[in-house]
Amino acid sequence: MATKLTDEVKAHLRDVCARIVAPGHGILAADESTGTMGKRFDQIKVENIEENRRSYRQLLMSCDKSMANSIGGVILFHETLYQKDDNGTQLRDLLKEKGIVIGIKVDKGVVKLLGTKDETTTQGLDQLGDRCSQYRKDGCEFAKWRCVLKISDSTPSQLAIMENANVLARYASICQQNDIVPIVEPEILPDGDHTIERCQEVTEKVLAAVYKALNDHNVYLEGTLLKPNMVTGGQSCSTKYTPEQVALATVTALRRTVPSAMPGVTFLSGGQSETDATSNLDAINRIDLLRPWKLSFSYGRALQASVLKAWQGKAENVAHAQKVFLRRAKMNSLACLGKYESAMEAAESGDAHSLFVANHQY
Amino acid sequence: MSVHLSDAQKKELAEIAKRIVRDGRGILAADESSGTIGKRFDTIGVENVEENRRQYRSLLMSCDQSVKDSIGGVILYHETLYQKDDSGKLLRDFLKERGIAVGIKVDKGVVKLMGTKDETTTQGLDGLGERCAQYKADGCDFAKWRCVLKITDSTPSQLAIDENANVLARYASICQMNGIVPIVEPEILPDGNHTLEKCQEVTEKVVAACYKALSDHHVYLEGTLLKPNMVTAGHDCPTKYTPEQVAMATLTALRRTVPPAMPGVTFLSGGQSETSATQHLNAINAADVLRPWALTFSYGRALQASVLKAWKGKAGNVAAAQKVLLHRAKMNRLAAQGKYNTSMEGSGSADNQSLHVANHQY
Repeated sequence: MATKLTDEVKAHLRDVCARIVAPGHGILAADESTGTMGKRFDQIKVENIEENRRSYRQLLMSCDKSMANSIGGVILFHETLYQKDDNGTQLRDLLKEKGIVIGIKVDKGVVKLLGTKDETTTQGLDQLGDRCSQYRKDGCEFAKWRCVLKISDSTPSQLAIMENANVLARYASICQQNDIVPIVEPEILPDGDHTIERCQEVTEKVLAAVYKALNDHNVYLEGTLLKPNMVTGGQSCSTKYTPEQVALATVTALRRTVPSAMPGVTFLSGGQSETDATSNLDAINRIDLLRPWKLSFSYGRALQASVLKAWQGKAENVAHAQKVFLRRAKMNSLACLGKYESAMEAAESGDAHSLFVANHQY
Repeated sequence: MSVHLSDAQKKELAEIAKRIVRDGRGILAADESSGTIGKRFDTIGVENVEENRRQYRSLLMSCDQSVKDSIGGVILYHETLYQKDDSGKLLRDFLKERGIAVGIKVDKGVVKLMGTKDETTTQGLDGLGERCAQYKADGCDFAKWRCVLKITDSTPSQLAIDENANVLARYASICQMNGIVPIVEPEILPDGNHTLEKCQEVTEKVVAACYKALSDHHVYLEGTLLKPNMVTAGHDCPTKYTPEQVAMATLTALRRTVPPAMPGVTFLSGGQSETSATQHLNAINAADVLRPWALTFSYGRALQASVLKAWKGKAGNVAAAQKVLLHRAKMNRLAAQGKYNTSMEGSGSADNQSLHVANHQY
């Protein structure tokens, strides 16, 4: 007797992917852990208590239905999945009624690998099947799991690459067995002074390992999404690269490693400013190379930085902050279609400051 | 100090690969070893001596110029590369003047793997670099290396999959260092009674392993071609599958494992009759699914069976036999564009008989 996905489950997984990365649509990554949310709140002097987190997530989820024109899915943190708005409506139902797919972060953070130069793997596999099953009942249709790799002279090591690829494949396999689409996130941090060429080299090795592991674990590729870094120079690299250079390096790396059966790439923003994240995504969608998967966004900071600034924790700022969010979402929606122009930013306060946080942990 | 392909070397390899498979063109696999061509000659009562091999290969190479519209490359056996026609002209120069790429079989046949159920790897790596350099100087732009796997209850084993993938990657790496485009051939034999589904499963595992090995060995994918089996049921399987079923199984397997950066899939015919091989290729190219690489032919038996029958070793039959080859090549070119129809066969002497040879060795 074999453990297999039924045709029905496969069809559902494919459909969820199609809805998330429908043309012009991407993901709002609103799954900051409590600790990480604290760092965001620090910058606007808002106290990191549950009530404030609830108010903030309510701001995002209760945007008007035009949100669904740009946002195909939202990734939530566990706490948020069970929070309610001021009227007692589940925040997740605010998404459901807009037709936005609900996702859930399921990993339990990074742990160090013995014998490495501070490299990590990610934990969270224990009882993951049971947790997924419950999340599915509670309305989640996709999940996210983040692995982290870092570029230096001696990293990522073969162990780090292999171990993270393997744990991502285990996570993906368990999700699918519970009718949940796994977003596979092998983030290579932008920390360092390496060139774009070096980043591309590493990205290709990491992604090749990821897809080999997914194959080894019999993961149904058509029912997965990929959340990689774009290929860029390191944060302290002296050379500055154009969006076209980022696009070429990124799309080349993906074309060399990501099978076309996989339906969509939803890039992480990794500390890029809001406008850089949009410009780069747009360049990626304009490049004259065959791109057999959707190329979209799964942005956290690059969708929320200006929103947080506009909100400042004050109820009277909510409407304006929501407008800021919808505008940023719209810009990225256009970028998915290769139709963004930086001149469109002129009217609004698009945040040009880098959102880089060294050695970012969520 | 590191060993790298320069941009110029990469460009040359990518251009050669693209040229071979452009606009529906495919490959004539005329690289039968002396032993194997003997089996072909047996079927038409021709003695297996060098003179007859020379006459036969002259027939193939000196076809009318129009052959270049259908054939982008020809794979030769070592002997043929240095043979001349009756007037003293090198056979390879016929190809050169038609703008057809000259390829060379470089492997030295299969050897058994200890501890396996008669599984094999392929030898030929010793001095391969020097041999490739010489072949390049003698006008070859691509090479072929065939690995063989077999489906049974216990095969292919992990060892067979890993070892063959690794040796293919070593061969590919050496070729590229010498300006030669490697055709990577991981043939899974059609012997057996397994279903189409089983063949698809195995093909996915084998091809995934190949691309991981190619990545590990830093092979430049844009400068390679893939020569896989189509996904079909075993020869003794009682279920008969339609060309559309073969097409979907084949395309699904490749979409799940072959990165879009790889420019062309040149299928082996593996014992299919001439018309089956053409019909299947057409169905593959007519399928309503995104295909990021060229999908064409690298046929031996399926291009030559009727040619041999028409020739029968007689000089007086050469012109007629060449017409048969031109017709077969044209039919396959149309199939590679999804434009073939069985009504186009007309009175052409296409061979409907299976060309299966059990446990085929070249």
